[in-house]
Amino acid sequence: MHVLLDNADLFLEGFAGSVRLTVASTLLALLLGVALAACRVSPVPLLRALSATAVRLLCSTPLTVLFFGVTLGLPVLGLTSLGYFSLAVLTLGAYSGAFLCEALRSGVNTVDTSQAEAGRGLGLSPVQVAWLIVLPQAARTALSPARSIIVTLAKNSALAGGFSVPELFGAEKALLERGYAVGVVFLWVTLAYLLLIALISGVFLVVERRLAVPC
Amino acid sequence: MLSPRPSPLFEVPGQRARRRHSLYTMLTAAAALLVGVLVLVRLSGAGQFTAALWEPFTYEGVQRRILTGVVDTLTAFALAAVLSLLLGLLLAGGTLARHRPVRVTATTVVAFLRAVPVLILVFTLYNLTALRLLLDRTGTTLSGHLGDAGTWAAVHVTDVTLWALVLGVALHNGAVQADILRSGIRAVPRGQVEAAHALGMSRTQTAWSVVLPQAVRAMLPSIVAQLAVTLKDTSLGFIIMYEELLYVGKLLAQNIATPRGYPYLPVLFVVGLLYVAMCLAISALARRLARRSTRAPNVSRDPEESRR
Repeated sequence: MHVLLDNADLFLEGFAGSVRLTVASTLLALLLGVALAACRVSPVPLLRALSATAVRLLCSTPLTVLFFGVTLGLPVLGLTSLGYFSLAVLTLGAYSGAFLCEALRSGVNTVDTSQAEAGRGLGLSPVQVAWLIVLPQAARTALSPARSIIVTLAKNSALAGGFSVPELFGAEKALLERGYAVGVVFLWVTLAYLLLIALISGVFLVVERRLAVPC
Repeated sequence: MLSPRPSPLFEVPGQRARRRHSLYTMLTAAAALLVGVLVLVRLSGAGQFTAALWEPFTYEGVQRRILTGVVDTLTAFALAAVLSLLLGLLLAGGTLARHRPVRVTATTVVAFLRAVPVLILVFTLYNLTALRLLLDRTGTTLSGHLGDAGTWAAVHVTDVTLWALVLGVALHNGAVQADILRSGIRAVPRGQVEAAHALGMSRTQTAWSVVLPQAVRAMLPSIVAQLAVTLKDTSLGFIIMYEELLYVGKLLAQNIATPRGYPYLPVLFVVGLLYVAMCLAISALARRLARRSTRAPNVSRDPEESRR
């Protein structure tokens, strides 16, 4: 217990860092996931192909490699003003966005064709059909894979600690350097991650209730 | 395109829609081209395409070093894959066990292992004194009993970084494989088990020769897809300095000083390409397996039960 209390500041900073990383990356991933999924189901073949290629590339690159690509590549491309935090968010957001796109796309595939037909029959434009009719229904099916993607994102955010962003993995490293027993530190860090995951699951539970079809 | 309607969102385009779509196609192509050209210009402006940076890849020593990185990545992957599948089997069996304590323990272990980031697992194992002591003792025993061959084995087989990586990755992926297997086992129709019991098979026999083959067959695409994740996870060995592909790449880039600086991006490009190629090979296998299992007529399934 005293490991936690004596280093409360380190733990709090680490936990806050992990939460910030997770929230920021989730927002980016959602934006990117919806955009990629929109391209993926669009009637324009080139957009579909580009989105499919991007998703496949992102999904089959190890996150560590992607981290290096972003942290070394973006400065060369001229984006030199980005800090470690922004670079980590970009990496995590892009990686998880690709997986979210896949979840959304399979969600879209479960929406009955007649739904879109009915929408068109009511005179809605293609964008309105996509946004008002298909997306809400697709989101409902995509919710449970999305939750596991976001939970994975929270766990993956540990990697940012290897790239100088203060979060829980960084806290573990610092504590081991201060000479605490590995097992104890591991248990507390794990507990912090469990808490983070519980928070995410809680948010998803609320969203699920909101989106549920009232019966 | 294979199917005229890739999504339920739109009708088969008519003439006007087709004209509009070709306009969108041209706009997309222009935008993509612009971004591509911009990136290339920036990269070449930073001198990333100069021969000096790419020449090292023609050296035999560099090529051999990258190859050893690939081999070490594949070694860690093979060990982690086998261990994770065994663990998955064990844990899946545990979560479906008849005895409540076994079931509760296995379920807790799976939930716990799935909640911890792989990186934290790997890093903790790497710093675990017990693991080091165990490996040290194994090493001494090996070199004591086997002479020169033992010494070689002691150096190569008792590497802490290798085992911390393999165990960490295997523990996490094993828990995931357990969940995959469990849902596969759940999907086997009850009639199969009842029939096996009626034939006088014991519970173990039923599990091994009736339930498991069907569960594995149904879940094979997911199992193989998870193996691709296992392969990607081995790149975390970089953090504990296991000499896998990514770490080798970093060492290479650091040690090659060219007149144009260190070839970080070219090395990363090559390393990334190798990873993507390995992953895509595994995913292609998963897709092929998925296609095969949906195409094959499933004679074993009771029509009453599959409708549920």
